[in-house]
Amino acid sequence: MIGIVGYGAYIPVWRIKNSEIAKVWGSNKAGDAEKAVAGVDEDTTTMAVEASIIALSRSGIDAKKIGAIYVGSESHPYAVKPTASIVAEAIGATPELTAADFEFACKAGTAAWQAVCGLIASGKIEYGLAVGSDTAQGRPGDELEYTAASGAGAYIFGEKGVIASLDYTCSFTTDTPDFWRREGELYPRHGGRFTGEPAYFKHVISATKLLLEKTSTKIEDYDYFIFHQPNAKFPLRVAKILGIPKEKIMPGFIVNEIGNTYSANVQIALAAVLDIAMPGEKILVTSFGSGAGSDSFSFTVTNKIEEKRHKGVPVRELIKNKKYIDYAMYAKFRKKLRGATG
Amino acid sequence: MSREFAVPFHWRRFRERYQLIGSKCEHCNGVFYPPRIVCPRCRRRGKVKSIKLSGRGRVYTYTIIRTPPEGFKIYTPYIIAIVELEEGAKILTQIVDCMPDEVYIGMPVKACFRKIKEENESGIILYGFKFKPDTQAKQG
Amino acid sequence: MNASFKPIRKVAIIGIGITKFGEHWDKGLKDLAIEAGIKAVEDAGISGDEIQLLVGGNMSGGLFAGQEHGSALLADYLGLNPIPAIRTEAACASGGVALRVGYMAIASGMYDFVAVGGVEKMTDVYGPQAMNTLAGAMDFETEAYYGVTFPGIYALIAKRHMHLYKTKQEHLAMVSVKNHEHGARNPFAQYQKRIKVEDVLSSPLVADPLHVLDCSPITDGAATIILTTAENAKKLSDTPVYIIASAQASDTLSLYARNDLTTLSATVHAAREAYRQAKIKASDVDVAEVHDCFTIAEILAYEDLGFIKKGLGWKLIEEGETMIGGRIPVNPSGGLKAKGHPVGATGVAQIVELVKQLRGEAGKRQVDAEIALAHNVGGSGATATVHILSR
Repeated sequence: MIGIVGYGAYIPVWRIKNSEIAKVWGSNKAGDAEKAVAGVDEDTTTMAVEASIIALSRSGIDAKKIGAIYVGSESHPYAVKPTASIVAEAIGATPELTAADFEFACKAGTAAWQAVCGLIASGKIEYGLAVGSDTAQGRPGDELEYTAASGAGAYIFGEKGVIASLDYTCSFTTDTPDFWRREGELYPRHGGRFTGEPAYFKHVISATKLLLEKTSTKIEDYDYFIFHQPNAKFPLRVAKILGIPKEKIMPGFIVNEIGNTYSANVQIALAAVLDIAMPGEKILVTSFGSGAGSDSFSFTVTNKIEEKRHKGVPVRELIKNKKYIDYAMYAKFRKKLRGATG
Repeated sequence: MSREFAVPFHWRRFRERYQLIGSKCEHCNGVFYPPRIVCPRCRRRGKVKSIKLSGRGRVYTYTIIRTPPEGFKIYTPYIIAIVELEEGAKILTQIVDCMPDEVYIGMPVKACFRKIKEENESGIILYGFKFKPDTQAKQG
Repeated sequence: MNASFKPIRKVAIIGIGITKFGEHWDKGLKDLAIEAGIKAVEDAGISGDEIQLLVGGNMSGGLFAGQEHGSALLADYLGLNPIPAIRTEAACASGGVALRVGYMAIASGMYDFVAVGGVEKMTDVYGPQAMNTLAGAMDFETEAYYGVTFPGIYALIAKRHMHLYKTKQEHLAMVSVKNHEHGARNPFAQYQKRIKVEDVLSSPLVADPLHVLDCSPITDGAATIILTTAENAKKLSDTPVYIIASAQASDTLSLYARNDLTTLSATVHAAREAYRQAKIKASDVDVAEVHDCFTIAEILAYEDLGFIKKGLGWKLIEEGETMIGGRIPVNPSGGLKAKGHPVGATGVAQIVELVKQLRGEAGKRQVDAEIALAHNVGGSGATATVHILSR
């Protein structure tokens, strides 16, 4: 059986509160949600490396056995020059492997999962590393600035030492331009309310229903559900529509604490669940990438999880390890101060 | 536009900078970073080989850079420290994820992978190691 | 590994020349060198035809002024062709090393008249570029690469020194205050303003704990001396000054590779060698010009040159012993801090001051001295030269 052999999450220490952002733009936005912000010397690559090192540590394998590395992001530091090859060099996996970068908005990381599993299933590689990492670009003053966050999640798949087997995966993809960014543009644009019903809800629900149908399983068969979390409302509404009890959503529900980490979104949420799930429990994960598509996965936790998961810091602890910054520092970190001296 | 070197100048050091690879002399057990070909103690009698350093250590001395060189303005102020690694070698580096008033001599730290600087807007991005507080190590 | 030290003859200084140190917008690299060169030849009372070798110290003509091959430039524009010309480079010790080469050239019997100079033109580049160039004095790939500046390197030393010993911020500030007091008496110094400890401590921080006023400035300037044999000197000069010791030592290029960050072992070795050659002890030195690129460097120099035990440098400055009039006046010229630090020129400029002292020509800075010591350091201590002069 193919499945997850090691996993790692990375959340930067810096946090900015929604109320701090609201103050700058004159909004009376309520609540105590906050988001994680990459430091000024961090980027998609550095976070991908950190998450991968933890995944490697949990997997217990020699990096040289990794046959493929794919990194999904919408904030790759280079337009041309792959993040994946830098990750490969930094973890010591070079030179006998294939590597490439993926882009599909927030689901680039799960597309990488599917690609890596395909190579393993066809016998081409023994282990594959799939990473989702982003330093999401929040347009100043836009609604999405409250949630656009930074983080990374790395997964090593293989057939030996599996801690969560991949039972099935399927996807639902259409050309739906709900959110996009043109080459050279600093910030993305989106279709406002169009990002809801025809985009997020249609794809997430369709992919999830397709998975249940193809595997002949029901909602009740799963112990945990992870849906892409662009904000606090959307995944909870999906849960309501599909009849999922809230207790099955909350263990992986982290958007109010770290924001929407884009390509790392379900990756970090799944890590939070793997930190606590027991052998035999089933996890359903559905990602969403604008443009648009959803990848749905069914995992079953094995009895190997307890001997491996303690080799990395739990997500809930990464969340607690934080330092607050104000909007001025946030603007400097996220390079919103154009033309600043180099 | 600050002075830029051609890519090979940095590229040949990628591995030792990304993975914190130093040298150990099997003759005197000395550990060195960056890797050396000649052991400074044993000279011709030394037997030097590569080792991957653990990345754990303590702050030996530090300062806060407030007047940066070219290419480092965006990171200013930043903490520069000499870290004494648990293998004995000392290394110059930055301390990150830490406010200037939180760093102290003796503070336990561990290596992490970070951006060092960008070679101008259009040049390559230089990565390497820095150190952050090791919250899991024993304090003091 | 001591030097063999079998000089065939004694070496003397018969002429000195120095430009004002400061920001010389109207003078380029060669203009400064020529000015100092001509002054030295005139002071020596020779025509210049006697000079057989030119040795020039210059850290970075290339990065500062686009000009390498400075030796050829100077020989040409000083009208000295076809004599041989050598450029020496050891970062901030370029001048001291130039003197070493000039000394050895005469002591070995190879040449009879040698002109030794030092020059640096630092204001033809903007600030950040100057900082980048100075960073070349460190280990570029493993120190400068990570964004540490030159003040940053000495700040690391200061923090460690203050951690191990009773050295305080105020002691560092006192060094700056003393040197500004001396500089105010030196018409060639870049700064002639007296300052107070509070001025230093309230000046902006450059790299904790070093403030702007703890750091030597960016300076343009040149200095030249004319060397000859002691025998020639007796005929040509009423006030020859003899070089009775010339020593140099090396240490690791990078600061982190050293066992003890609070000692510049290159200084210790060079000083020990110099005292051996001159057959004197540290306590025999009457006046010294030491390398105070940063105030902490002067405190280290007190200890490493043997004026006081390791860790107690702060005592000498606190008790005023190193002021003009004190037990062991240090940097009567104003030091690198107040006189200025045109990198390649400094090592030679120190000699110019000490020759004035030994000749009794130092005016308001005069120290009653028989034996003088010059201490020049490159980078964070990878090179150190120590010269001892006597009447």
